[in-house]
Amino acid sequence: MTPTLLMALILLLPLATTVGVVAFGRRPNLRETITVASGIGLFLLVAMLGLSPDWMDAPRLLLAEPIEGLPIAFSAEPLGLMFALVASFLWPVTSLYAIGYMRAHHEQNQTRFYAAFAVSISAAMGIALADNMFTLFVFYEVLTVSTYPLVTHAGTDAAKRAGRVYLGLLMGTSIVFLLLAMLWTWSLIGTLDFTPGGVFGDESGLVLGTLLVLFVIGTGKAAIMPFHRWLPAAMVAPTPVSALLHAVAVVKAGVFTILKVAVYLFGIDTIADLAAADWLAALAALTILLGSLVAMTKDNLKARLAYSTISQLSYIILGAMLGVAAGVVGGGMHVVMHAFGKITLFFCAGAIMVAAHKTRVSELDGLGRTMPLTMLAFLIGALSIVGLPPFGGTWSKWWLVQGTLDTGLWMLTAVLLISSLLNIAYLVSIPVRGFFVAPAAPATGVKEAPLPSLIAIGITSAGCLALFLWADPLYRLVGEVLQ
Amino acid sequence: MSFLEHLPVLIVIVPLMAAPICVLLDRPRLAWLVALIAAFSSLFCAIALLSQVLDGSVISYELGGWAAPWGIEYRIDLLGAFVLLIVSAMAAAVLDFAKASVEHEIPTDRIARFYAAFLLALAGLLGIVATGDAFNVFVFLEISSLASYALISMGRDRRALNAAFQYLVMGTIGATFILIGIGFLYMMTGTLNMQDLAERLPAVADTNTVRAGFAFLTVGIGLKLAMFPLHLWLPNAYAYAPSIVSAFLAATATKVALYVMLRFMLGIFGVDFSLHEMPFAWILMVLGVLGILSGSLVAIYQDNVKRMLAYSSVAQIGYMVLGIAIATTAGVTAAVLHMFNHALMKGALFLALGAVVYRLGSVRLNDLSGLGWHMPWTMAAVVVGGLSLIGVPPTVGFISKWYLVIAVLEHGWWPLALVVLIGSVLALIYVWRVLEVAYLRPRPASAPPVSEAPLSMLIPVWLLVIANIYFGIATHLSVGSAERAAALLMGTAPMGGAQ
Repeated sequence: MTPTLLMALILLLPLATTVGVVAFGRRPNLRETITVASGIGLFLLVAMLGLSPDWMDAPRLLLAEPIEGLPIAFSAEPLGLMFALVASFLWPVTSLYAIGYMRAHHEQNQTRFYAAFAVSISAAMGIALADNMFTLFVFYEVLTVSTYPLVTHAGTDAAKRAGRVYLGLLMGTSIVFLLLAMLWTWSLIGTLDFTPGGVFGDESGLVLGTLLVLFVIGTGKAAIMPFHRWLPAAMVAPTPVSALLHAVAVVKAGVFTILKVAVYLFGIDTIADLAAADWLAALAALTILLGSLVAMTKDNLKARLAYSTISQLSYIILGAMLGVAAGVVGGGMHVVMHAFGKITLFFCAGAIMVAAHKTRVSELDGLGRTMPLTMLAFLIGALSIVGLPPFGGTWSKWWLVQGTLDTGLWMLTAVLLISSLLNIAYLVSIPVRGFFVAPAAPATGVKEAPLPSLIAIGITSAGCLALFLWADPLYRLVGEVLQ
Repeated sequence: MSFLEHLPVLIVIVPLMAAPICVLLDRPRLAWLVALIAAFSSLFCAIALLSQVLDGSVISYELGGWAAPWGIEYRIDLLGAFVLLIVSAMAAAVLDFAKASVEHEIPTDRIARFYAAFLLALAGLLGIVATGDAFNVFVFLEISSLASYALISMGRDRRALNAAFQYLVMGTIGATFILIGIGFLYMMTGTLNMQDLAERLPAVADTNTVRAGFAFLTVGIGLKLAMFPLHLWLPNAYAYAPSIVSAFLAATATKVALYVMLRFMLGIFGVDFSLHEMPFAWILMVLGVLGILSGSLVAIYQDNVKRMLAYSSVAQIGYMVLGIAIATTAGVTAAVLHMFNHALMKGALFLALGAVVYRLGSVRLNDLSGLGWHMPWTMAAVVVGGLSLIGVPPTVGFISKWYLVIAVLEHGWWPLALVVLIGSVLALIYVWRVLEVAYLRPRPASAPPVSEAPLSMLIPVWLLVIANIYFGIATHLSVGSAERAAALLMGTAPMGGAQ
């Protein structure tokens, strides 16, 4: 199969899954088999795309051209392939997890849940393979709209309020800032195509700096402060949604957008010259620290994880704003590493909620005795996020620290190291207390989560380890961006 | 003369003649059929005309064989043909939908007369666009206005009478102002033919009479256009009119008024006089911005969804006015393009609400609770229409916003770009209020059961919904026509010296 055909299939398969899910909505087993099977199929397709010999030079897939010079078109490049690989690998895993979780939790409207999930994945694939900023924007908005029913799944007043914050911030920033940045770019240079080395010419630093700020804060999905509130709000969604979408697909779509803008619209050399990039790096550093500090104050486990995500996303923004190769490599790898670590943590949080009916960190003392596997996985995920060997997070943090050293901004180096310490304090402490502190009251009748969920947890925590041992292909893939 | 040569007049004559036939037949179904056939004939004429002028040529037709300036000239250029297409296509779509809706909302003994009035309104709107004679514009304006007053007053709600009366008073003032304006021009030039007017006006442009005529025309057209702050008649008229009338008027009447504004200000007075000599552009810009912001803000606080859409129309008219105010070809392109696109969105949304009225009898926000699950297709149409209103790609709304903001940025007027984008965010708020109620609030147990609207309603609604997406992706027709029409308007303007 040619790469172009593969790209078409990658975009269509999740949509076809939606149709299948809706058609067999009344037969849960078949419906969920379809979801998992097409998830595996999607990953294989993305892998085939990456393995086909001339995938980077393949002709782009042109869907339509609403405005002259501004087509909806797709092409594959290393960053996008990496994002697509992560999202498509974790989709079937999350679906497997969801089977256990949704049934054990007796959630309503599960067909709608799986259908919206598949549409969201399709949108994520569109973002990953977007050939220009316009296409990316189209699917960015599709992703916002298609995840909205997932966030408000419970239908309660709290869910409705969260939905308003979610939609208001994500769509509001994207319309007012991101779209403005795109329009301005278009009116300046007449193209939004992603081009290696950037598209800008000799525009003044002030204009470019303003544009960069608009692009970064307009990408609300990257949750840079002060536009982060939607992410904690989105935690009212069922845990599989928080796991895949609000630790992987949606938020990674955000930072992926920023990486693409930095590398393919501005070019890292331009970024290196822009004072605005330094300010944005400082804002990202602030978000890293504040996110970690707020996370420490949160007793609700999912809220703590959400603020941890906000903090970790800014690592990637920071990497993109450094304007050095190591920063981009570190940021790109962190997309993958954080995805595996954080999804493991969310899986565990959901497993604890389903099996032990606990949502607060303060209730988890001694839980390691009744749910040892879950707590072990939590420890692995947490260590990977902190960036300790032998887990994948080590490498991305390594390159990010390297990037800050290359630029000589030692303050940023300090921020990264302090943040790692904070991560230990608020993440690693949870499983430690789970294993070593005696429970307040002896737990009765608590056992491990349902088997499908456990398998999923096992896969992602094994992934954290595997990414430490075999990080080289990933490194080479991201490295190709800078060729 | 062959049949095709008579198209410019046939497009008006057919609905005009069909109206009395409806009254004579006096059978609801037959009247509907006659109206439908008339609308489709007009649509056919409009398509044929558009295909003839797409290359930039102009069709001139002498009514009754009397040459201008003694006779009345009908003159179709690209802009005119484009607007004719919008009006007749929307009439055809609305009439497709109308049968069940009208039987539901209008007493049986009045249905035939309702269709007659509808056809008169259609003929009037088409006539305004087709004619090349300034006085003829006034005549057709009155035909369409009087017919619309009657149509609005047939709404089931008793407040419809009040709304129609309000519209009648304001509309008559507007028409009178237009007549006075045309009178002043006639006084100074001795002609009513638009081409002659355009030729003779430069010589006398520097007189207070012409300036007064310009002012009267601006205010008069502004009233018909519902340009902020002359929009006060519009919300009630749209809210209480019968469903298909709201859909038809929202999609066409203001567009035709905008056409008249473009034709008079840019075509007759000329770009230099209107946009540069008179402070017209600045006034339009301020009014456009105020219209966008106030219309959108007020829309957020409406409980009646039709009223909400009406205020949204005020905001959308603001976008079009802003496009003209930019005073460049790109700006006028954006305005003309939004005419087309807005007709599609508002047509789809008002028709979907018509389906809701048909099943539910109400469009109050609270009554829509849970409707997303009981009328899934209708509400899905509202979702797409709403996204288009917000301007989310790949809908037509996005294309409109894109061209408008690019036109603004060409001047470097970024605060205006922000106003347009903030208008989108406000649209997000008012659209989402509706969707949240429809999808996230359960239908109260005490409410009577509702079922999905009949297929005869869903098909036209979804045709428009699909058009919203289709013309958001394949913009060749809409953008191409708008661009060339704008270039003709700006470039061939008599006082611009380009000719």
